[in-house]
Amino acid sequence: MDWIFVAFIVFSTIAILGSLMVVLQKTPVSSAFSLVLVFFSFSGLYALLGAHFIAALQILVYTGAIMVLFVFVIMLLGQDQPTSDLKDSSLLFKGITLLGAIGLLNVLLQAALSSKDIVGKGVYTEEKINEMGGNLKSISEVLFKDYVFHFELVSFLILGAIVATVALAKRKNSLSGGVS
Amino acid sequence: MNDPWLMLIVSCTVFVIGLIGVIFRKNLLVVLMSIELMLNAVNLSFVAFSKIHHVLDGQINALFVMTVAAAESAVGLGLVIAMFRTLKTADSDQIQMLRD
Repeated sequence: MDWIFVAFIVFSTIAILGSLMVVLQKTPVSSAFSLVLVFFSFSGLYALLGAHFIAALQILVYTGAIMVLFVFVIMLLGQDQPTSDLKDSSLLFKGITLLGAIGLLNVLLQAALSSKDIVGKGVYTEEKINEMGGNLKSISEVLFKDYVFHFELVSFLILGAIVATVALAKRKNSLSGGVS
Repeated sequence: MNDPWLMLIVSCTVFVIGLIGVIFRKNLLVVLMSIELMLNAVNLSFVAFSKIHHVLDGQINALFVMTVAAAESAVGLGLVIAMFRTLKTADSDQIQMLRD
């Protein structure tokens, strides 16, 4: 048993237990901190897969930006008291949903197991990536050659998100007629 | 990592847990966090498949999914704040203004 497999077991256990805690915790603050745990272990899994750039971005974007936003909004809304909204729904609804979820998990796992025998046909094998100068160089080669149009489109998406957030979060009385 | 398909099992499990969270929880903040979980699970399967198939497009797509997730959470939290301002609650069961 090599250390990579041990690291995989540790990171995946933390990821699954942490995501269970996100769903089952009573206060949103503890959910948020369990989510930070999940994001860190996902970053470790990306690093094990050789996607070092995605692993770094996972920590920068998710843990650094999104979770700070979440915790800030929790603080702003004062949502620190425990809620019992898991117990509110009826037993029949819970049973049907859990059955459906287990069925979906079964289907997804079958699909995952059937991909065990896939032989990769692409050119970017591990040796090729090392020869090109690492994960970051090869990824930027593909990103700015094949996907440069999509990359530019993403900037429009972010611009739209900024405008939408400002329009949503603005207080109504501070607007002088216009967007409500 | 010699067996990238093992990552797919983790990805499926986390996706289904996130789906259960979206369906069960009523606090909108926790619902948004569960959506983030689902997006992360999809990202992990993108990266695992790009490793299996020896291509890099999966990692590029994971990058785009990350951007969309950041934009989505910003707009979603803006919506939660706007809802909290009018209804004084972050409970999705309390959105029933069309009923009366």
